[in-house]
Amino acid sequence: MQIALSVKNLTKKFGDFTAVNNISFDVEDGKFFSILGPSGCGKTTLLRMIAGFHKPTSGIIEIRGENVLEVEPNKRPVNLVFQNLALFPMMNVFENIAFGLRRRGEKGPEVDKKVNLMLERVGLPGYGGKQVNQLSGGQKQRIAIARALVLDPTVLLLDEPLGALDAKLREHMKVELKKLQVEVGTTFVYITHDQSEAMVMSDYVAVMNSGHFEQLDTPQNLYSNPASSFVAQFVGNNNKFLVGLKKDESGNFYATTPEGGEFLLSEPFDLEGQNTFEMYVRPEAMIINPKAGKEKINELNADVKAILFDGGNSRLLVVPENSKQELIVALPQNHQFDHIKAKDKIRVGWYPKSAVCFKKSEEKIYEEL
Amino acid sequence: MKNSKPHKIRWSFIIFFTPVALWLFLLIVFPHLELLKMSFTGTDFYGKSGFTLENYGEFFKEPIYWRTFARTALYSIFVTFIVLVISLPVTFYITKIARVKSQGFLTILVLIPFWVSELIRVYGWMILLRESGVINRFLVKLGIFSVPHEMLYNDITMVMGLVYTSMLFMIVPIIGVMESLDDALIEAAYDLGAKKTTIWRKIIIPYVTPGIMSGSIIVFMLVLGSYLTPKLMGGKNALWFTEQIYNSMIIYFNWNQGAAFGFLLLLLSSLIIFVALKVTKQDFKEVVK
Repeated sequence: MQIALSVKNLTKKFGDFTAVNNISFDVEDGKFFSILGPSGCGKTTLLRMIAGFHKPTSGIIEIRGENVLEVEPNKRPVNLVFQNLALFPMMNVFENIAFGLRRRGEKGPEVDKKVNLMLERVGLPGYGGKQVNQLSGGQKQRIAIARALVLDPTVLLLDEPLGALDAKLREHMKVELKKLQVEVGTTFVYITHDQSEAMVMSDYVAVMNSGHFEQLDTPQNLYSNPASSFVAQFVGNNNKFLVGLKKDESGNFYATTPEGGEFLLSEPFDLEGQNTFEMYVRPEAMIINPKAGKEKINELNADVKAILFDGGNSRLLVVPENSKQELIVALPQNHQFDHIKAKDKIRVGWYPKSAVCFKKSEEKIYEEL
Repeated sequence: MKNSKPHKIRWSFIIFFTPVALWLFLLIVFPHLELLKMSFTGTDFYGKSGFTLENYGEFFKEPIYWRTFARTALYSIFVTFIVLVISLPVTFYITKIARVKSQGFLTILVLIPFWVSELIRVYGWMILLRESGVINRFLVKLGIFSVPHEMLYNDITMVMGLVYTSMLFMIVPIIGVMESLDDALIEAAYDLGAKKTTIWRKIIIPYVTPGIMSGSIIVFMLVLGSYLTPKLMGGKNALWFTEQIYNSMIIYFNWNQGAAFGFLLLLLSSLIIFVALKVTKQDFKEVVK
């Protein structure tokens, strides 16, 4: 596979502040690559450097193997879909899409053909004559993407383009965007703070935090094997336990909670140094009232504090015995657990391989709502 | 409200509207009607006054009148254009390039010269430019000029003075519109392959056109109707049409003639603004906003 975009040791400093800290990654041709991180993590700066609007302090950006650092944004074979879309209000839809083509000196029927083809691609045939302010949010979205895609860039950069849409439309556009990317085969580099957007659409996701990549992996791996405590908390939902670790005679590792719980872990750990760890178990990995089976299952008794009904995303808010910490447990809506009410006592269990453990870190996450 | 009680007298409206109506009528409509009447009035050989087209006829018969008229119109358009050409980069710098902190300061810098009266400002220029003025002395000392040159009393100084006097009235309305121009539009155009000149031509200027038009209308009217600057800086050969009106009314005491000239000037400014709006496809209401 050819490498469409290659970033090597890229650093950007604003005065004393390091926005992007020594980042390297490659994106293969035709892939959907997402950079996921909380606001202020430097992802927009990174994207703007690739687009050419910021000069990196050090490092190299290569597109199809050619260093583009000295190439102005208007000459780079990348195009950017802006966060607020930045459609030109003084032009109609057709002229917006034709803008880039005309700048290349293309004229007449060729422009007509390309623009109309692109309008069909994004599902808005015949919209060329409309004014920008006549379009709905989702339509503007597609026009902005069409305007960049019509130039057939090597890499299409997208800066949180779904941020301004309402939830329902965003869900819809996620699928549309993924379909479009597969159809046109252009390499997409997409930045977002919404982990669901990144997971649904991407082939690869880089989780970014305060200027560096925490993990670069497939969405499945990010979810099941987070590389750091930050990734575990930022990608998907997680229950966090503060634990100490110990090893028994047969070499099994256990996590012990201050309340006296002991939970088997599936992996060995290095126990040297400080023995405070964070253990993460996903709500959807928790089993309500597990039945005894062949495999060892970790269990704890808990009181149901509340039922957080949210359709398919319903959860139980439970408090383990002798503890004040609240846990979230997924509540499948298959009528199996309809009997559970608030203040009930239940058992909650999980397989050792569902839990991940990291050395305690001081980093905080500001989850955006 | 309005529909449910159609017959109720709205006192608040009347109270606030009366001064405006009085002001409009007494100070603008009434004098103009009087002038209009005057412009069609003439006195015959025996001192008897009556209706005549003589005052307007005089304008076309005497070449100095319509030549000054055309000169004034063309120079006003030229000055407006120069002001616009200077204002665009200045406003762009103030709104888009300068730091947020210094924006207010820069706007005040533009505003400060207008705290002194036009007369003082023009005298300021005269002190700089006259034969024994600051610039001449400086250039002679540097050896660039062997003898001082008179830099005042020609068309170039007059245009410069007019440009300087009216700059603010172009900058302020354009700043207003340019501030609302999203930087992302400029970046998007750049990203899509546009050169800097194309960005100006295709994005910035079309976007700020309402500001340009309202600024141009104000500047054009100001310049067309200005009296002091052309009189003091333009010298004897550089007549301005307002001077013709002044001369007719005050020097020759021919108010009828002056009134006719005044109306021709009003007609001219209305016509040029109308054409300019039509050419740029701008709506007058939109521009005035």
